[in-house]
Amino acid sequence: MDTTQTKDIYTEEFLINMGPQHPSTHGVLCLELKLDGEFVKECTPHIGYLHRSMEKIAENRTYTQFIPYTDRLDYVASMNNNLGYVMAVEKMLNLEVSQRAQYIRVIVAELNRIASHLIAVGTFAQDLGAFATPLFYCFREREKILDIFDQICGNRLTYNYMRIGGVQFDFPKGIDEKIKDFVKYMRPKVDDYDQLLTYNTIFLSRSKHIGVLPKELAISYSVTGPNLRASGVKWDLRKDEPYLVYDKFEFDIPVGKNGDSWDRYKIRIEEIRQSLRIVEQAIGALPEGDPTVKVGRIHKPSSSGIYFRTENPRGELGFYIVGDGSVCPYRLKIRSPSFSNLAVIPELVKGLKIADLVCVLGSFDILMGEIDR
Amino acid sequence: MRPDEVFAVIRAKFSEAKEETGTNGIIIPKESLLEVSRYLKNLPLAFDNLHCITAIDRKEKMELVYTLYSIREHHGVTLKTYLTLEDLNVASLSKVWKSANWLEREVYDLFGVVFLNHPDLRRILNPYDWKGFPLRKDYSHPELIAKPRL
Repeated sequence: MDTTQTKDIYTEEFLINMGPQHPSTHGVLCLELKLDGEFVKECTPHIGYLHRSMEKIAENRTYTQFIPYTDRLDYVASMNNNLGYVMAVEKMLNLEVSQRAQYIRVIVAELNRIASHLIAVGTFAQDLGAFATPLFYCFREREKILDIFDQICGNRLTYNYMRIGGVQFDFPKGIDEKIKDFVKYMRPKVDDYDQLLTYNTIFLSRSKHIGVLPKELAISYSVTGPNLRASGVKWDLRKDEPYLVYDKFEFDIPVGKNGDSWDRYKIRIEEIRQSLRIVEQAIGALPEGDPTVKVGRIHKPSSSGIYFRTENPRGELGFYIVGDGSVCPYRLKIRSPSFSNLAVIPELVKGLKIADLVCVLGSFDILMGEIDR
Repeated sequence: MRPDEVFAVIRAKFSEAKEETGTNGIIIPKESLLEVSRYLKNLPLAFDNLHCITAIDRKEKMELVYTLYSIREHHGVTLKTYLTLEDLNVASLSKVWKSANWLEREVYDLFGVVFLNHPDLRRILNPYDWKGFPLRKDYSHPELIAKPRL
Protein backbone atom coordinates (compact mmCIF):
# COMPACT_ATOMS: atom_id res chain seq x y z
CA MET A 1 0.00 0.00 0.00
CA ASP A 2 1.23 3.46 -0.83
CA THR A 3 1.71 5.28 2.47
CA THR A 4 2.19 8.72 0.91
CA GLN A 5 -1.53 8.88 0.17
CA THR A 6 -2.83 7.90 3.64
CA LYS A 7 -0.47 9.87 5.84
CA ASP A 8 -2.53 13.06 5.49
CA ILE A 9 -5.69 11.35 6.68
CA TYR A 10 -6.39 12.05 10.33
CA THR A 11 -9.26 11.58 12.77
CA GLU A 12 -10.73 14.10 15.19
CA GLU A 13 -13.64 14.53 17.55
CA PHE A 14 -16.88 15.64 16.04
CA LEU A 15 -19.23 18.13 17.66
CA ILE A 16 -22.91 18.01 16.74
CA ASN A 17 -26.14 19.46 18.05
CA MET A 18 -28.90 16.95 18.61
CA GLY A 19 -32.01 19.09 18.75
CA PRO A 20 -33.70 21.40 19.63
CA GLN A 21 -35.79 20.13 16.71
CA HIS A 22 -35.32 16.39 16.77
CA PRO A 23 -37.92 13.61 16.95
CA SER A 24 -36.07 11.63 19.62
CA THR A 25 -35.55 14.41 22.16
CA HIS A 26 -39.23 14.46 23.19
CA GLY A 27 -39.60 18.19 22.86
CA VAL A 28 -37.26 21.11 22.41
CA LEU A 29 -34.17 19.73 24.09
CA CYS A 30 -30.74 20.42 22.65
CA LEU A 31 -27.97 17.94 23.38
CA GLU A 32 -24.51 19.09 22.42
CA LEU A 33 -22.62 15.89 21.66
CA LYS A 34 -18.91 15.38 21.35
CA LEU A 35 -18.51 12.27 19.24
CA ASP A 36 -15.71 9.85 18.59
CA GLY A 37 -17.04 8.13 15.51
CA GLU A 38 -20.42 6.89 16.61
CA PHE A 39 -19.61 6.96 20.32
CA VAL A 40 -20.63 9.77 22.65
CA LYS A 41 -17.65 11.17 24.55
CA GLU A 42 -19.45 14.06 26.16
CA CYS A 43 -23.04 15.21 26.31
CA THR A 44 -24.09 18.71 27.38
CA PRO A 45 -27.83 19.40 27.55
CA HIS A 46 -29.10 22.89 26.80
CA ILE A 47 -32.60 23.52 28.09
CA GLY A 48 -34.91 26.48 28.37
CA TYR A 49 -36.38 26.59 24.86
CA LEU A 50 -39.87 26.24 26.36
CA HIS A 51 -39.31 28.58 29.31
CA ARG A 52 -42.52 30.52 29.92
CA SER A 53 -41.57 31.99 33.32
CA MET A 54 -44.41 30.18 35.10
CA GLU A 55 -43.01 31.04 38.52
CA LYS A 56 -42.98 34.77 37.75
CA ILE A 57 -46.49 34.60 36.27
CA ALA A 58 -47.68 32.87 39.48
CA GLU A 59 -46.70 35.94 41.50
CA ASN A 60 -49.16 37.99 39.47
CA ARG A 61 -52.13 35.60 39.41
CA THR A 62 -54.51 34.65 42.21
CA TYR A 63 -54.26 31.16 43.67
CA THR A 64 -57.26 29.94 41.66
CA GLN A 65 -56.12 31.65 38.48
CA PHE A 66 -52.87 29.70 38.50
CA ILE A 67 -54.54 26.26 38.24
CA PRO A 68 -54.77 26.27 34.40
CA TYR A 69 -51.06 27.16 34.22
CA THR A 70 -50.19 23.96 36.05
CA ASP A 71 -51.90 22.04 33.23
CA ARG A 72 -49.17 23.29 30.93
CA LEU A 73 -46.29 21.96 33.02
CA ASP A 74 -46.51 18.25 32.38
CA TYR A 75 -49.08 18.41 29.63
CA VAL A 76 -49.63 14.66 29.27
CA ALA A 77 -50.46 14.30 32.99
CA SER A 78 -52.37 17.51 33.67
CA MET A 79 -54.65 16.00 36.30
CA ASN A 80 -51.66 15.09 38.45
CA ASN A 81 -50.23 18.60 38.15
CA ASN A 82 -53.58 20.14 39.10
CA LEU A 83 -53.69 17.79 42.06
CA GLY A 84 -50.20 18.64 43.32
CA TYR A 85 -50.87 22.35 43.14
CA VAL A 86 -54.33 22.44 44.73
CA MET A 87 -53.19 20.12 47.51
CA ALA A 88 -50.24 22.42 48.28
CA VAL A 89 -52.60 25.40 48.55
CA GLU A 90 -55.03 23.35 50.65
CA LYS A 91 -52.17 22.52 52.98
CA MET A 92 -51.50 26.25 53.36
CA LEU A 93 -55.15 26.92 54.11
CA ASN A 94 -55.67 23.81 56.29
CA LEU A 95 -58.64 22.97 54.11
CA GLU A 96 -60.54 19.70 54.44
CA VAL A 97 -61.78 18.13 51.23
CA SER A 98 -64.89 15.96 51.12
CA GLN A 99 -64.47 12.18 50.88
CA ARG A 100 -66.12 11.98 47.47
CA ALA A 101 -63.82 14.66 46.10
CA GLN A 102 -60.80 12.72 47.42
CA TYR A 103 -61.94 9.52 45.73
CA ILE A 104 -62.65 11.34 42.48
CA ARG A 105 -59.19 12.88 42.62
CA VAL A 106 -57.59 9.48 43.07
CA ILE A 107 -59.55 8.02 40.16
CA VAL A 108 -58.72 10.77 37.68
CA ALA A 109 -55.10 10.97 38.82
CA GLU A 110 -54.59 7.23 38.33
CA LEU A 111 -56.37 7.25 34.97
CA ASN A 112 -54.09 10.07 33.89
CA ARG A 113 -51.10 8.11 35.15
CA ILE A 114 -52.10 5.23 32.86
CA ALA A 115 -52.51 7.64 29.91
CA SER A 116 -49.10 9.15 30.61
CA HIS A 117 -47.36 5.77 30.93
CA LEU A 118 -48.99 4.67 27.68
CA ILE A 119 -47.34 7.59 25.90
CA ALA A 120 -44.04 6.76 27.60
CA VAL A 121 -44.21 3.12 26.50
CA GLY A 122 -45.36 3.94 22.97
CA THR A 123 -42.76 6.60 22.26
CA PHE A 124 -40.01 4.47 23.84
CA ALA A 125 -40.83 1.62 21.45
CA GLN A 126 -40.90 4.13 18.60
CA ASP A 127 -37.45 5.40 19.62
CA LEU A 128 -36.12 1.86 19.43
CA GLY A 129 -37.35 1.44 15.89
CA ALA A 130 -40.67 -0.37 16.43
CA PHE A 131 -42.12 2.14 14.07
CA ALA A 132 -45.72 3.34 14.51
CA THR A 133 -47.48 0.10 15.53
CA PRO A 134 -46.91 0.13 19.32
CA LEU A 135 -47.50 3.89 19.37
CA PHE A 136 -50.84 3.46 17.62
CA TYR A 137 -51.83 0.70 20.04
CA CYS A 138 -50.97 2.92 23.02
CA PHE A 139 -52.81 5.89 21.58
CA ARG A 140 -55.86 3.71 20.93
CA GLU A 141 -56.05 2.86 24.64
CA ARG A 142 -55.23 6.40 25.70
CA GLU A 143 -58.10 7.67 23.56
CA LYS A 144 -60.55 5.79 25.82
CA ILE A 145 -59.18 7.62 28.87
CA LEU A 146 -59.40 10.96 27.07
CA ASP A 147 -63.03 10.19 26.22
CA ILE A 148 -63.73 9.62 29.91
CA PHE A 149 -62.02 12.90 30.82
CA ASP A 150 -63.93 14.66 28.05
CA GLN A 151 -67.18 13.57 29.69
CA ILE A 152 -66.00 14.49 33.18
CA CYS A 153 -64.63 17.97 32.54
CA GLY A 154 -65.02 18.80 28.85
CA ASN A 155 -61.34 18.81 27.96
CA ARG A 156 -59.02 16.27 26.41
CA LEU A 157 -55.55 17.51 27.28
CA THR A 158 -55.50 20.46 29.67
CA TYR A 159 -58.23 19.64 32.11
CA ASN A 160 -58.30 22.45 34.69
CA TYR A 161 -60.52 20.10 36.72
CA MET A 162 -59.26 20.40 40.30
CA ARG A 163 -60.26 23.32 42.45
CA ILE A 164 -58.94 24.53 45.76
CA GLY A 165 -61.26 22.68 48.13
CA GLY A 166 -62.67 20.09 45.73
CA VAL A 167 -63.21 19.50 42.04
CA GLN A 168 -65.00 21.53 39.39
CA PHE A 169 -67.87 19.14 38.63
CA ASP A 170 -69.27 15.95 40.08
CA PHE A 171 -68.99 12.79 37.95
CA PRO A 172 -71.65 12.79 35.21
CA LYS A 173 -74.26 10.01 35.17
CA GLY A 174 -73.04 6.66 33.89
CA ILE A 175 -69.34 7.50 34.01
CA ASP A 176 -68.60 4.88 36.70
CA GLU A 177 -69.85 2.15 34.35
CA LYS A 178 -67.63 3.54 31.63
CA ILE A 179 -64.58 3.54 33.91
CA LYS A 180 -65.32 -0.03 35.03
CA ASP A 181 -65.59 -1.06 31.37
CA PHE A 182 -62.27 0.61 30.66
CA VAL A 183 -60.53 -1.32 33.45
CA LYS A 184 -61.94 -4.57 32.01
CA TYR A 185 -60.84 -3.56 28.51
CA MET A 186 -57.36 -2.44 29.55
CA ARG A 187 -56.18 -5.50 31.51
CA PRO A 188 -55.77 -7.86 28.50
CA LYS A 189 -54.24 -5.02 26.49
CA VAL A 190 -51.39 -4.71 29.01
CA ASP A 191 -50.78 -8.44 28.62
CA ASP A 192 -50.67 -7.84 24.86
CA TYR A 193 -47.87 -5.31 25.33
CA ASP A 194 -45.96 -7.89 27.30
CA GLN A 195 -46.25 -10.34 24.43
CA LEU A 196 -45.56 -7.83 21.69
CA LEU A 197 -42.78 -5.82 23.24
CA THR A 198 -41.51 -6.71 26.68
CA TYR A 199 -39.96 -10.09 25.92
CA ASN A 200 -39.34 -9.46 22.23
CA THR A 201 -35.74 -10.44 21.41
CA ILE A 202 -34.94 -7.34 19.39
CA PHE A 203 -36.48 -5.10 22.06
CA LEU A 204 -34.53 -6.87 24.79
CA SER A 205 -31.20 -6.64 22.98
CA ARG A 206 -31.75 -2.94 22.31
CA SER A 207 -32.67 -2.00 25.88
CA LYS A 208 -31.13 -4.53 28.31
CA HIS A 209 -27.95 -3.33 30.07
CA ILE A 210 -28.15 0.04 28.30
CA GLY A 211 -27.78 3.13 30.48
CA VAL A 212 -27.51 1.38 33.84
CA LEU A 213 -28.32 3.82 36.64
CA PRO A 214 -26.94 2.61 39.99
CA LYS A 215 -29.00 3.12 43.12
CA GLU A 216 -26.62 5.57 44.85
CA LEU A 217 -26.23 7.73 41.75
CA ALA A 218 -29.99 7.91 41.29
CA ILE A 219 -30.53 9.09 44.88
CA SER A 220 -27.66 11.55 44.73
CA TYR A 221 -29.09 13.13 41.58
CA SER A 222 -32.55 13.19 43.21
CA VAL A 223 -34.00 11.03 40.43
CA THR A 224 -37.57 10.13 41.40
CA GLY A 225 -40.57 8.17 40.25
CA PRO A 226 -40.41 5.07 38.03
CA ASN A 227 -36.77 5.84 37.14
CA LEU A 228 -35.75 5.61 40.79
CA ARG A 229 -37.77 2.47 41.39
CA ALA A 230 -36.21 0.85 38.31
CA SER A 231 -32.84 1.23 40.06
CA GLY A 232 -34.11 -0.90 42.92
CA VAL A 233 -35.22 1.71 45.45
CA LYS A 234 -38.64 0.96 46.88
CA TRP A 235 -39.90 4.51 47.25
CA ASP A 236 -43.32 5.73 46.26
CA LEU A 237 -45.00 8.69 47.92
CA ARG A 238 -48.39 7.02 47.59
CA LYS A 239 -47.13 4.44 50.08
CA ASP A 240 -44.35 6.24 51.95
CA GLU A 241 -46.11 9.55 52.59
CA PRO A 242 -49.74 8.72 51.79
CA TYR A 243 -51.91 11.63 50.70
CA LEU A 244 -55.58 11.68 49.72
CA VAL A 245 -57.03 8.21 50.38
CA TYR A 246 -54.20 6.12 48.95
CA ASP A 247 -53.72 4.31 52.26
CA LYS A 248 -57.16 2.68 51.83
CA PHE A 249 -56.24 0.82 48.67
CA GLU A 250 -54.25 -2.31 48.07
CA PHE A 251 -51.52 -1.99 45.49
CA ASP A 252 -47.89 -3.01 45.05
CA ILE A 253 -44.87 -0.94 44.19
CA PRO A 254 -42.97 -2.56 41.33
CA VAL A 255 -39.21 -2.36 41.76
CA GLY A 256 -36.53 -3.03 39.16
CA LYS A 257 -33.28 -4.93 39.56
CA ASN A 258 -30.61 -3.51 37.27
CA GLY A 259 -31.69 0.05 36.61
CA ASP A 260 -31.22 -0.29 32.86
CA SER A 261 -33.51 1.03 30.13
CA TRP A 262 -35.53 -2.16 30.00
CA ASP A 263 -36.24 -1.96 33.74
CA ARG A 264 -37.44 1.60 33.40
CA TYR A 265 -39.82 0.47 30.64
CA LYS A 266 -40.99 -2.59 32.59
CA ILE A 267 -41.75 -0.54 35.72
CA ARG A 268 -44.16 1.58 33.71
CA ILE A 269 -45.96 -1.47 32.36
CA GLU A 270 -46.32 -2.81 35.90
CA GLU A 271 -47.49 0.57 37.19
CA ILE A 272 -50.28 0.58 34.63
CA ARG A 273 -51.48 -2.71 36.16
CA GLN A 274 -51.28 -1.28 39.70
CA SER A 275 -53.10 1.90 38.69
CA LEU A 276 -55.88 -0.21 37.21
CA ARG A 277 -56.19 -1.96 40.57
CA ILE A 278 -56.45 1.38 42.39
CA VAL A 279 -59.05 2.71 39.93
CA GLU A 280 -61.12 -0.45 40.31
CA GLN A 281 -61.10 -0.28 44.11
CA ALA A 282 -61.78 3.47 44.18
CA ILE A 283 -64.71 3.34 41.77
CA GLY A 284 -66.20 0.47 43.78
CA ALA A 285 -66.00 2.39 47.05
CA LEU A 286 -66.95 5.83 45.72
CA PRO A 287 -68.89 7.51 48.55
CA GLU A 288 -71.94 9.69 48.10
CA GLY A 289 -71.75 13.41 48.67
CA ASP A 290 -70.91 16.65 46.95
CA PRO A 291 -67.34 17.00 45.67
CA THR A 292 -67.67 20.55 44.36
CA VAL A 293 -66.14 23.53 46.05
CA LYS A 294 -67.75 25.06 49.09
CA VAL A 295 -65.27 27.88 49.66
CA GLY A 296 -64.82 31.12 47.73
CA ARG A 297 -62.41 31.65 44.86
CA ILE A 298 -60.27 34.26 46.57
CA HIS A 299 -57.84 32.93 49.14
CA LYS A 300 -55.42 34.95 51.21
CA PRO A 301 -53.17 32.43 52.92
CA SER A 302 -50.15 33.54 54.86
CA SER A 303 -47.18 31.28 55.30
CA SER A 304 -43.42 31.63 55.46
CA GLY A 305 -43.18 28.63 53.16
CA ILE A 306 -44.81 25.24 52.79
CA TYR A 307 -43.60 22.38 50.67
CA PHE A 308 -45.88 19.67 49.37
CA ARG A 309 -45.02 16.91 46.95
CA THR A 310 -47.06 14.30 45.14
CA GLU A 311 -46.21 11.25 43.08
CA ASN A 312 -46.55 12.24 39.44
CA PRO A 313 -46.18 9.75 36.58
CA ARG A 314 -42.66 11.10 36.02
CA GLY A 315 -41.61 11.42 39.63
CA GLU A 316 -42.13 13.71 42.56
CA LEU A 317 -43.72 17.04 41.77
CA GLY A 318 -43.27 19.55 44.57
CA PHE A 319 -44.65 23.01 45.15
CA TYR A 320 -42.94 25.42 47.53
CA ILE A 321 -45.34 28.30 48.17
CA VAL A 322 -44.82 31.45 50.22
CA GLY A 323 -47.90 33.55 50.94
CA ASP A 324 -47.89 37.09 52.32
CA GLY A 325 -51.62 37.33 53.05
CA SER A 326 -52.49 38.87 49.68
CA VAL A 327 -54.50 37.27 46.87
CA CYS A 328 -51.37 36.21 44.92
CA PRO A 329 -48.54 33.96 46.06
CA TYR A 330 -45.43 35.83 47.15
CA ARG A 331 -43.25 33.12 45.68
CA LEU A 332 -44.11 29.82 44.05
CA LYS A 333 -41.43 27.30 43.24
CA ILE A 334 -42.17 24.26 41.11
CA ARG A 335 -39.89 21.32 41.72
CA SER A 336 -40.41 19.31 38.59
CA PRO A 337 -39.37 15.65 38.41
CA SER A 338 -38.07 15.66 34.84
CA PHE A 339 -35.62 18.48 35.64
CA SER A 340 -33.69 16.29 38.05
CA ASN A 341 -34.18 13.19 35.89
CA LEU A 342 -32.58 14.91 32.90
CA ALA A 343 -29.59 16.10 34.94
CA VAL A 344 -28.32 12.52 35.34
CA ILE A 345 -28.38 11.68 31.62
CA PRO A 346 -24.98 13.21 30.63
CA GLU A 347 -23.33 10.90 33.13
CA LEU A 348 -25.16 7.80 31.84
CA VAL A 349 -24.56 8.20 28.12
CA LYS A 350 -20.77 8.59 28.16
CA GLY A 351 -19.30 5.90 25.93
CA LEU A 352 -22.61 4.82 24.44
CA LYS A 353 -23.56 4.98 20.77
CA ILE A 354 -25.95 7.69 19.60
CA ALA A 355 -28.66 5.09 19.00
CA ASP A 356 -28.31 3.97 22.63
CA LEU A 357 -28.47 7.58 23.82
CA VAL A 358 -31.87 7.76 22.14
CA CYS A 359 -32.83 4.59 24.03
CA VAL A 360 -31.71 6.02 27.40
CA LEU A 361 -33.44 9.33 26.77
CA GLY A 362 -36.65 7.56 25.76
CA SER A 363 -36.58 5.27 28.77
CA PHE A 364 -36.34 8.26 31.15
CA ASP A 365 -39.54 9.68 29.69
CA ILE A 366 -38.65 13.33 30.18
CA LEU A 367 -41.04 16.09 29.23
CA MET A 368 -39.79 19.56 28.34
CA GLY A 369 -42.91 21.39 29.50
CA GLU A 370 -42.09 20.82 33.14
CA ILE A 371 -38.31 21.04 32.78
CA ASP A 372 -38.37 24.53 31.29
CA ARG A 373 -41.52 25.69 33.09
CA MET B 1 -37.15 10.64 63.12
CA ARG B 2 -39.54 13.49 63.84
CA PRO B 3 -38.51 17.05 62.83
CA ASP B 4 -37.76 18.06 66.43
CA GLU B 5 -35.53 15.01 66.91
CA VAL B 6 -33.63 15.86 63.72
CA PHE B 7 -33.17 19.39 65.02
CA ALA B 8 -31.89 18.12 68.36
CA VAL B 9 -29.23 16.01 66.62
CA ILE B 10 -28.10 18.94 64.48
CA ARG B 11 -28.15 21.31 67.46
CA ALA B 12 -25.97 18.98 69.52
CA LYS B 13 -23.27 19.19 66.85
CA PHE B 14 -23.72 22.76 65.60
CA SER B 15 -24.66 25.30 68.26
CA GLU B 16 -25.24 28.04 65.64
CA ALA B 17 -28.30 26.24 64.19
CA LYS B 18 -31.59 27.90 65.11
CA GLU B 19 -35.11 26.61 64.78
CA GLU B 20 -37.47 28.87 62.89
CA THR B 21 -40.62 29.62 64.82
CA GLY B 22 -43.85 28.26 63.38
CA THR B 23 -42.24 26.00 60.76
CA ASN B 24 -39.92 23.04 60.80
CA GLY B 25 -37.18 25.05 59.13
CA ILE B 26 -33.68 25.22 60.59
CA ILE B 27 -31.72 28.42 60.08
CA ILE B 28 -28.02 27.91 59.40
CA PRO B 29 -25.54 30.77 58.94
CA LYS B 30 -24.09 30.68 55.45
CA GLU B 31 -20.53 30.17 56.69
CA SER B 32 -21.31 26.75 58.17
CA LEU B 33 -23.72 25.53 55.46
CA LEU B 34 -21.20 23.30 53.71
CA GLU B 35 -20.01 21.75 56.96
CA VAL B 36 -23.58 21.10 58.14
CA SER B 37 -24.45 19.51 54.77
CA ARG B 38 -21.51 17.15 54.94
CA TYR B 39 -22.61 16.12 58.42
CA LEU B 40 -26.24 15.61 57.34
CA LYS B 41 -25.26 13.44 54.39
CA ASN B 42 -23.73 10.75 56.59
CA LEU B 43 -25.01 8.70 59.49
CA PRO B 44 -26.81 9.10 61.88
CA LEU B 45 -29.11 11.39 59.86
CA ALA B 46 -28.35 10.01 56.37
CA PHE B 47 -29.96 12.74 54.27
CA ASP B 48 -29.11 11.15 50.95
CA ASN B 49 -31.48 13.19 48.78
CA LEU B 50 -31.22 16.94 48.17
CA HIS B 51 -34.70 17.36 46.82
CA CYS B 52 -35.11 21.02 46.05
CA ILE B 53 -33.25 24.34 46.34
CA THR B 54 -35.06 27.59 46.02
CA ALA B 55 -34.61 31.23 46.86
CA ILE B 56 -37.06 33.87 48.01
CA ASP B 57 -36.42 37.57 47.50
CA ARG B 58 -37.30 39.16 50.85
CA LYS B 59 -36.32 42.58 49.43
CA GLU B 60 -33.66 43.50 52.02
CA LYS B 61 -32.22 39.98 52.09
CA MET B 62 -32.27 36.76 50.11
CA GLU B 63 -33.59 33.58 51.67
CA LEU B 64 -32.26 30.25 50.45
CA VAL B 65 -34.29 27.12 51.18
CA TYR B 66 -32.86 23.61 50.93
CA THR B 67 -35.33 20.74 51.14
CA LEU B 68 -33.65 17.47 52.13
CA TYR B 69 -35.05 13.98 52.49
CA SER B 70 -33.65 10.70 53.60
CA ILE B 71 -34.88 7.76 51.56
CA ARG B 72 -33.02 5.43 53.89
CA GLU B 73 -34.42 6.80 57.17
CA HIS B 74 -37.75 8.24 55.92
CA HIS B 75 -37.43 11.74 57.29
CA GLY B 76 -37.02 15.25 55.97
CA VAL B 77 -35.63 18.61 56.95
CA THR B 78 -35.70 22.15 55.59
CA LEU B 79 -32.54 24.22 55.87
CA LYS B 80 -32.70 27.96 55.48
CA THR B 81 -29.95 30.50 55.15
CA TYR B 82 -30.13 34.25 54.71
CA LEU B 83 -27.82 36.24 52.45
CA THR B 84 -27.38 40.00 52.37
CA LEU B 85 -27.75 41.69 48.98
CA GLU B 86 -24.21 43.10 49.15
CA ASP B 87 -22.71 39.66 49.68
CA LEU B 88 -24.85 37.39 47.54
CA ASN B 89 -22.82 34.22 47.53
CA VAL B 90 -22.76 30.89 49.32
CA ALA B 91 -20.76 27.68 49.11
CA SER B 92 -21.92 25.21 46.48
CA LEU B 93 -23.19 21.84 47.68
CA SER B 94 -22.59 20.08 44.37
CA LYS B 95 -19.71 18.09 45.85
CA VAL B 96 -22.03 16.70 48.53
CA TRP B 97 -25.17 15.98 46.48
CA LYS B 98 -24.97 15.81 42.70
CA SER B 99 -28.49 17.13 42.24
CA ALA B 100 -27.25 20.47 43.58
CA ASN B 101 -25.48 21.15 40.29
CA TRP B 102 -28.57 21.97 38.22
CA LEU B 103 -30.68 23.22 41.13
CA GLU B 104 -28.01 25.80 42.01
CA ARG B 105 -27.66 26.82 38.39
CA GLU B 106 -31.39 27.53 38.36
CA VAL B 107 -31.19 29.71 41.49
CA TYR B 108 -28.22 31.57 39.97
CA ASP B 109 -30.12 32.09 36.73
CA LEU B 110 -33.29 33.43 38.32
CA PHE B 111 -31.95 35.23 41.41
CA GLY B 112 -28.28 35.94 40.78
CA VAL B 113 -27.02 34.10 43.84
CA VAL B 114 -23.41 33.08 43.19
CA PHE B 115 -22.46 29.58 44.32
CA LEU B 116 -18.77 29.41 45.15
CA ASN B 117 -16.77 26.48 43.75
CA HIS B 118 -19.64 25.40 41.52
CA PRO B 119 -18.27 23.29 38.62
CA ASP B 120 -20.39 24.88 35.89
CA LEU B 121 -22.20 28.05 36.96
CA ARG B 122 -24.02 29.13 33.80
CA ARG B 123 -27.59 30.24 33.17
CA ILE B 124 -29.91 27.30 32.62
CA LEU B 125 -33.49 28.35 31.81
CA ASN B 126 -32.88 31.79 30.35
CA PRO B 127 -30.67 32.41 27.29
CA TYR B 128 -26.98 32.67 28.16
CA ASP B 129 -26.89 36.38 27.26
CA TRP B 130 -30.00 37.36 29.25
CA LYS B 131 -29.77 40.55 31.30
CA GLY B 132 -31.04 40.68 34.88
CA PHE B 133 -32.46 38.11 37.26
CA PRO B 134 -36.17 37.59 36.53
CA LEU B 135 -37.50 36.32 39.86
CA ARG B 136 -36.20 39.24 41.90
CA LYS B 137 -38.96 41.53 43.05
CA ASP B 138 -37.45 44.63 41.41
CA TYR B 139 -37.27 42.97 37.97
CA SER B 140 -39.70 44.17 35.38
CA HIS B 141 -40.34 43.30 31.79
CA PRO B 142 -42.79 44.94 29.35
CA GLU B 143 -44.48 41.62 28.53
CA LEU B 144 -45.06 40.63 32.12
CA ILE B 145 -48.68 40.00 33.14
CA ALA B 146 -50.09 42.67 35.48
CA LYS B 147 -51.47 41.79 38.91
CA PRO B 148 -55.26 41.30 38.95
CA ARG B 149 -57.25 44.23 40.30
CA LEU B 150 -59.58 43.09 43.06
